[in-house]
Amino acid sequence: MNNPAVEIHGVGRIYKIRGSKNEKKTRKELVALQDVNLEVRQGELFGLLGPNGAGKTTLIKILTTLLAPTSGWARVAGFDVAKEPGKVRPRINMVSGGESSGYGLLTVRENLWMFSQFYGMPSKESYERIDALLGLVGLEDRMHTKSSDLSTGLRQKMNIVRGFMTDPNVLFLDEPTLGLDVGASRDVRRLIRGWLEQDKTRTLLLTTHYMAEADELCDRVAIINQGRVLACDTPSALKQRIQHDALFEITVASMNGLATSALENLPGVRKVTRREDGGFAALEFELVEEAALSGVINQLTSADVKVVKFDKHEPTLEDVFVELVGRSIDEVEEAEPDAKE
Amino acid sequence: MNNSETLRSFRTATWLGWQIESNWTDPFLFAVYSIIKPLAGAAILVVMYSVITKGNFDTPIFPYLYFGNAFYIYVGAIMTGVSWAVIDDREHYKTLKYMYIAPIHIPAYWLGRGVARFLTGSFSVIITIAFGVIFLHVPLDLATVNWPLFILSLILGVAMLCMMGLILASITLLVAHHFFLIGEAVAGALYLFSGAIFPLDVLPAWIRPVGFVMPITYWLELMRRSMVSSVSQAFPTLQRFSDLQLAGILVGLTVVFAVIAYFLFRWCDFRAREEGLIDRVTNY
Ligand SMILES: Nc1ncnc2c1ncn2[C@@H]1O[C@H](COP(=O)(O)OP(=O)(O)O)[C@@H](O)[C@H]1O
Ligand SMILES: [Mg+2]
Repeated sequence: MNNPAVEIHGVGRIYKIRGSKNEKKTRKELVALQDVNLEVRQGELFGLLGPNGAGKTTLIKILTTLLAPTSGWARVAGFDVAKEPGKVRPRINMVSGGESSGYGLLTVRENLWMFSQFYGMPSKESYERIDALLGLVGLEDRMHTKSSDLSTGLRQKMNIVRGFMTDPNVLFLDEPTLGLDVGASRDVRRLIRGWLEQDKTRTLLLTTHYMAEADELCDRVAIINQGRVLACDTPSALKQRIQHDALFEITVASMNGLATSALENLPGVRKVTRREDGGFAALEFELVEEAALSGVINQLTSADVKVVKFDKHEPTLEDVFVELVGRSIDEVEEAEPDAKE
Repeated sequence: MNNSETLRSFRTATWLGWQIESNWTDPFLFAVYSIIKPLAGAAILVVMYSVITKGNFDTPIFPYLYFGNAFYIYVGAIMTGVSWAVIDDREHYKTLKYMYIAPIHIPAYWLGRGVARFLTGSFSVIITIAFGVIFLHVPLDLATVNWPLFILSLILGVAMLCMMGLILASITLLVAHHFFLIGEAVAGALYLFSGAIFPLDVLPAWIRPVGFVMPITYWLELMRRSMVSSVSQAFPTLQRFSDLQLAGILVGLTVVFAVIAYFLFRWCDFRAREEGLIDRVTNY
C-alpha cells in the first residue's frame, strides 16, 4: 500500500545516432541518462529540474513505458515499466508541454471524451470530469471549439486536462508550463496543487527547467544535468546546503557619517559591503547568524540612519544549481545549443 | 489484454476513424476520391482491354478482370486504412505516444481506424461494379449470384486483409515517414501477382509462386465465382479447386498471416520501444 509510487534503480539510456549521409559509417552513442536512482513517494509532488538536454524527457519516456532503459530498472505504481507495461498503463497518464498534439478536427470536448473512452470511463462520468476540469483551467467556453482553432497555449491546456481527466495514480507532466503565459502557468500550477490535495494517494512527477517553478511547487526536487542526478531533496533542504551565512541588504537614504567599519565591528557581523544605488547607499551584510541583525538595526537607529529598503537574500535553487554544476542553467543551455529540442 | 479493453479500443478507434474519414471539408474531394478515382482506374483498364482485344467484350476475360479490379479496391483500402493510423497519429496528430500509454489494445485500435476506409472502399466497389454493369455490359445477374458464398468470401477476405494491414502497421512503427504510402505501394505491387486482372498462368513461371502464396489470389477467385460462376470455368489456373477448397486455402493462409501479424507486432513493438521510435517525428 505504501510502496513508492515510482522507483528508479540504476537507470541508464544510450541513444544510438546514425551518422548523417556524408558520414554514413559513423555510429555515435549518446548517453542521455546515467545510473539514475530515485524514489518518489505516494502523494508526493516531485520535480525533475535541469537544463534542456539534461535527460528529463528521456526519463519520463522510460517511466511511461514509451522507451526501454538501456540499463537498470524502474517501477511505477508497483510494476516494472519494461516488463509489465500493460499493468503500468492503466495507472498513469502523461502530458508533454510545448507541443500541440490532438485531433484538430475534433472539438475540445470530443478530443477529451475520446481519450476517456480508451480508459473505459463511462461517458456521463467523463463529461462531468471534462467540464469540471475545463472550468478549472478557464477553457469552459471553448469546449465546443475545434481544437485546430485553438491557440497553442489553449491546446496545451486541453492536453493538460487530458492528463488529469483519467485520474491516474501517477501523473507525469513534462514541462507543463513550457510556452504558457504567466496567467496560464498559474492556472496549471493551481490545478496541479488542487488535484494532489483532493486525494493523498495521487502522485505527480513533473519536469521543468524553471527554477522558481520547481521551488514554489514541488515537495522534493531532483537536480539533473547531463543525464546524472546531482542532488535530490526538498527545495528548502537543497537551499540550506549552500546557505553558509545569513545575507541581508539594507538600503539607507544617507549614512549620516556612520562608517561601515563601525557596523562591521558589531558582534556577529562578518562583512559589510557598501554600494551606491541611485543616490542611496546599499549595504550588504554577511552575518554569522540572523540574531546579529538586531545589533545592526540598533546601531543604525542610534545614528539616525533612515532605512529605505530591507531585503533578506534567500538562496534560490538557481544558486544550488550553480553550486553543483559550476554554471548557471542559462549558461549550460547556451553552451550546448543542439541540446535544445 | 482483456475483451473489454480490445472492444473499447476497436469501438473508439472506429469512431475516430470515421470522424477523420468523413471530415470532407469539400464534398467534391470525396467524389473525386471515392467515385472518380476508382472509375478512372476501371476506365483505363477497359480501354487497354479493348485495344488489345480489338473491342471483343464477349470473352470471359472481360468480367474476370473487371470484377478482379473492382474487388481489388478493398486491398488498398483496408491495408492502407489499418496501417495509415500509425503515421497519422505519430506525424500528424502527434498522439501516438498518448495512445500508446493508454490502456488500449493497439492492434484492435488500428483495426478500428481502418473501418471507415473499409466503408468508403465498399462504396467505391459498388459504384465501380454498377458502372460496369450499366454501361459496359459486364454480365451480372443478381438472381444467380451465390450470396452465401459471396458473404462468406467477403468476411474471410476482410479478415485476411486486416491481417495484412496489421503486418504493414507493425512495420510502419519502425520505418520513417517517406514510406507513408506503404499500404498503397504494397497493394500496387501485388496487383499484378494476385490474378486481379489476368490469370496467374500469364505470368512467367518463376514468378507465379508469389501469386500462389498470396491469399488475395484465392479471395479474388472466390469473389468472382460468387458473382458470376461461369467466369472461372474459362481459366485453368484455379479451376481444379472447388469453392470449398478455395475457401479452405483462404482460411489457412489467413491464419498463417494472423500468426505472422501477431509475432511481427510483438517484435516491432519491442524494437520501437528499444529505439525510442514511438514519438519520433520525421524531420524534413
Ligand atoms: N531519440 C533520440 N535520439 C537521439 N538522441 C536523443 C533522442 N532523444 C533525446 N536525445 C538526446 O538525449 C539527451 C537528453 O534529451 P532529453 O531527454 O530530451 O532532455 P531534456 O528533456 O532534459 O531536455 C539530449 O542530448 C538529446 O539530444
Ligand atoms: Mg524535454
